[in-house]
Order: sequence, then C-alpha cells, then structure tokens
Amino acid sequence: MHPAYSVILFTTMSGAGYGLLALLGLLGPAGVLPTGTGFAAAGFLLAGGLVTVGLLASTFHLGQPRRAWRAFSQWRSSWLSREAVLAALAYLPGTLFAGAWIGLGLRPAWLGALTAATALATVVSTGMIYGSLKTIPRWHHWLTTPVYLLLGLASGALLLSMLVAFQGPVPAWLPLLVLVLLLLGAGAKLAWWRAADGLGLPATAASATGLSGPISTLDPPHTQLNFVQREMGYAVGRRHARRLRQLAGLGAGLAGLLMLPLLAGWPALWAWALGALLVAWGALLVERWLFFAEAEHVVVLYYGGSTQEAGCRGGG
Amino acid sequence: MTAIPPGGQRKLGLVIDLDTCVGCQACVTSCKAWNDGGAYGPLQDLDTQGADPHGPWLNRVHSYEDGVGAEGRTVHFPRSCLHCEQPECVTVCPTGASYKRAEDGIVLVNPDTCIGCKLCAWACPYGAREYDELAGVMRKCTLCVDRIYDTSLPEEDRVPACVRACPTGARHFGDLGDPESAVSQLVAERGGLPLMPELGYQPVNRYLPPRERRNIQGQAEPVEPTAPAGAPPAIDRLFGWVDRMLSD
Repeated sequence: MHPAYSVILFTTMSGAGYGLLALLGLLGPAGVLPTGTGFAAAGFLLAGGLVTVGLLASTFHLGQPRRAWRAFSQWRSSWLSREAVLAALAYLPGTLFAGAWIGLGLRPAWLGALTAATALATVVSTGMIYGSLKTIPRWHHWLTTPVYLLLGLASGALLLSMLVAFQGPVPAWLPLLVLVLLLLGAGAKLAWWRAADGLGLPATAASATGLSGPISTLDPPHTQLNFVQREMGYAVGRRHARRLRQLAGLGAGLAGLLMLPLLAGWPALWAWALGALLVAWGALLVERWLFFAEAEHVVVLYYGGSTQEAGCRGGG
Repeated sequence: MTAIPPGGQRKLGLVIDLDTCVGCQACVTSCKAWNDGGAYGPLQDLDTQGADPHGPWLNRVHSYEDGVGAEGRTVHFPRSCLHCEQPECVTVCPTGASYKRAEDGIVLVNPDTCIGCKLCAWACPYGAREYDELAGVMRKCTLCVDRIYDTSLPEEDRVPACVRACPTGARHFGDLGDPESAVSQLVAERGGLPLMPELGYQPVNRYLPPRERRNIQGQAEPVEPTAPAGAPPAIDRLFGWVDRMLSD
C-alpha cells in the first residue's frame, strides 16, 4: 500500500493527542497530576493541537477536502465515518473538561472518563478502518486495533511525562507507566509482525481469474502503472523492512532507557523526557510508514505481484 | 446510503467469455470513449503525449499464459467492476457517495458527493476502482447506467458500451438474478465462475472458462521451422526492384 504522508502524520499525531487526552481525563480526577492552570492549559492545548492538526492533515489526502463534512453521515456502516463522528464528538467532553479544570479548578471524574472514552474510541475506529479490510491480510488481524491503541497511549504518556517534567519533579509512577505502555505496545507490535509475516494472500491467481493455472502475465493491460498499482501495489518498503523494524525497535528501546533518568530524578528532567518523546516519535513514524509500505493488497494477483516503484501520485 | 439495500430480484451484470475474448481492447477503448463523454464524463488522462500517460480506465484487459509449455494457452482477461452483492467498497464509504442500487444491483459512485478518500479502492479486491486525479473523485464501471435505460437510443445500443463493441461476442449483458435469462442460461451451460468467491463479496459478473481443447497431445508436437527458400520467388524480386526504384 502506498504510504500517504498525510495519513502517517495524521495517525501518529492524533494517536498521541488522543492518548494524552485520555490520560489527562483519567489521571486528572485521580489527583496524581499537577493541578495548576498552566499545566492543564499546556496539556489540553497540546492534545487538542495534535488532534486538530492531525485531523486537518488527514483531509490533505482527500480529492475533495471541502466535502469532508459528508464523512459524518455513514457511521452505521463505515469505520472511517465513525472515526470522523467520534473525533468530532471527543471535542465536546474534552473542551468541557478542560474548561472546568482550567477555569474552575474542577476535575469531575465522569467528565474525565467521558473525555477518555471518546478519545480512545476515536483511536479504536482508526485502527478498525485498517483492521476491517479483508483485502489486506496484514491489516485484517485482531491485533491491528490494539496496536494502534497501545502506541497512541504510549506516545500520549510520553507527552504527559514531558509536560510534568517541565513543571518540576516527576513522580516515579509516570516513567513506569511510560515503560509499561512502551513494552505493551512494542510487544503487541512484535506479535502483530510475527502474525502478519505468516499470512498469505486470501485468494490465489487461479481463484482471481477462474483459470486453472499456473498463470503468468504475457501482456500487461497498460504500458504505464495505473492507480491500482501505484496505490495498492507499492512494495518499496519490503526490501528494507528488516532494518526499518530494527530501527523502530531501537527507538522504542532508547525511549524506554531515557525514562530511567526520570526515575532516578537526575537534573534537567524535561530534557530527558523531550529526548524520549522525539526518539519514540521517530520510531513511530517508521512503524507507521512500514504499516502501509509492507501491506500487500490482494489485487496484486492480477498484476503478477507488487511493483517495485517508489513513485507515487494521486494526492500524496 | 452506504448500507447495502435488501437484495432485489434484478442483478444486472456481465458474463465474459474467456474462450472467445481475443484481447483486442475494443471494450477498453469503447468504455473509455463512452464514459469520457457520457453522463459521468469527462474521464480525462494526464500526460497523454508525455512519458507517463495515465488516468482512470474502467475496464482493463490482461493477457495471461494459463498453464506451462504445451499445456499453456493465451487467455485474455477483461477486468472491471463485478457489481458485487456484498460490496465492501460501498459499506466503507464514509459519505454515502458509493452505493448499490436496489432496483438493479448496479454499484455506482456519486461524483458530486465523493470526497476522494480512496478507501473504497482499498476495500475492492478486484482493482475495479480507479481514482480520477483531475476530478478528485473515484471512478468505476457504471454498467453504462446512462445508456442501458436511455430510450432515445436504438434498442440494440441499450447495452454497456463494452458489450456493444466486442467483435467476438465475448461479452454478454443481462439479468443474472433471473435464472431464465440468456446470461444465466449461458453461465449454467458453460460453468460460469465468480472471481475470488472465497472472499465473500458475492460478485454478480461471471467468467466463462476457456473450453477444453481437443487433441492436446497432437498439438504438443514441436513444429519444425520451415527453412527459408534459397532464392525469393520472381514476383518478390520484381517487387523488390520496384521498391528500390521508387525509393531513389
């Protein structure tokens, strides 16, 4: 699958934003976070900003961005529409909760829980857009959505630890939470990779054509690559997949290591937290790029396999 | 509405005969010509005179070698929308632009409400949908819905453009929901197949597999290449002389 940069940006940014929003909603009322107005304002601005910029980025890959509002209508059947509806819905409790915290110093648990629920439901629907596609066996796996959720929460927790570190001392549970989420996320991703690598295409060239085979291409139907090949037959990532996976794993591991100075209470806590965030984000971008680039679509059966071509068109 | 309507009686579709298709691409070009100018047009290409001409075409013909060596044969394979009964391209659409008509089962895209998110193309296992960069919307076979019901056309033209153009009669159009229809009879007689049935999209279109060949053993004998004659016949020499004279 062709990795559209707008979608990679959107899924990583909104995942982290919703992760942070959910953690603020759950941990704020629990009384374990700084309660200052400045902290809350920074937290909600960061979460809201990431989510909003991500949502805007996601409209860049549309052919008709001005019609994007129509995507709110088909929530009964379409996960993409559900994502749009939930993303819009999440603003409501999120804004109210942020207003209550910043304006009134109140952190109602029910509002925080509602904020977290709508935020996480949006991430779930993002995962389900991919997880529901039978045409792409690698994505059509039950772990796809948990991976999205865990990586969103882990990057949200990294954002939270950076925000808390900017405030002053970091309670030990926060870097531990980051470590646990990073481990869970990395473990789920590793299991997903293991499972996905063993999956073949859900059909054969024989069932795709009704011929008995073996089937080879004599003449392609067109001289230049068409949309189907450029969008669905993109295979450039697979050659470098191993190294890129190692790079993503290394980034996650390094981000985890950078949590240790926070645990130990070294000086310049925010710098360690910021470093961890940046390294983890790099790893996340690599992971997300691979998610698309490695995915094989069943339609390649008609073209005798994937095309090795880096070129892309059609609203990157 | 992207919910799939309850299955109607009529299931309009195509039956494609892989035995008689000669891969002439007449269906491809007639499809492009009609859909560039019909109610859903234009269907423009980019870089048409340059190094990388490309654009949406709603029907593509592959040429495959089916089998190996003496057992192998060339099969031309037209590929377009199969108007599935369970079209996930429709259910994934976030705007309702993709829809399946209850009255005849045709799967269409409304170009006025499509946002060009391309998710429908991801959901289609058959590669039937192609994105129109210029219009910013998805395109697909309409089964010439703007043609088959047009009473201002002569009756023989009220079939999809690809069917009308096919010189070998390899493409048949009709109601596959009616077991008595000519296309259903043809499917029953020739063992017409759905494509990728294991995925559960329940395509309406059927493909008729190539007929069994007679006497494959006899054909397997390698044919000795005929040796070129020592000297060309007199008539060829005469033409050669004329050609040289005229070339000067």
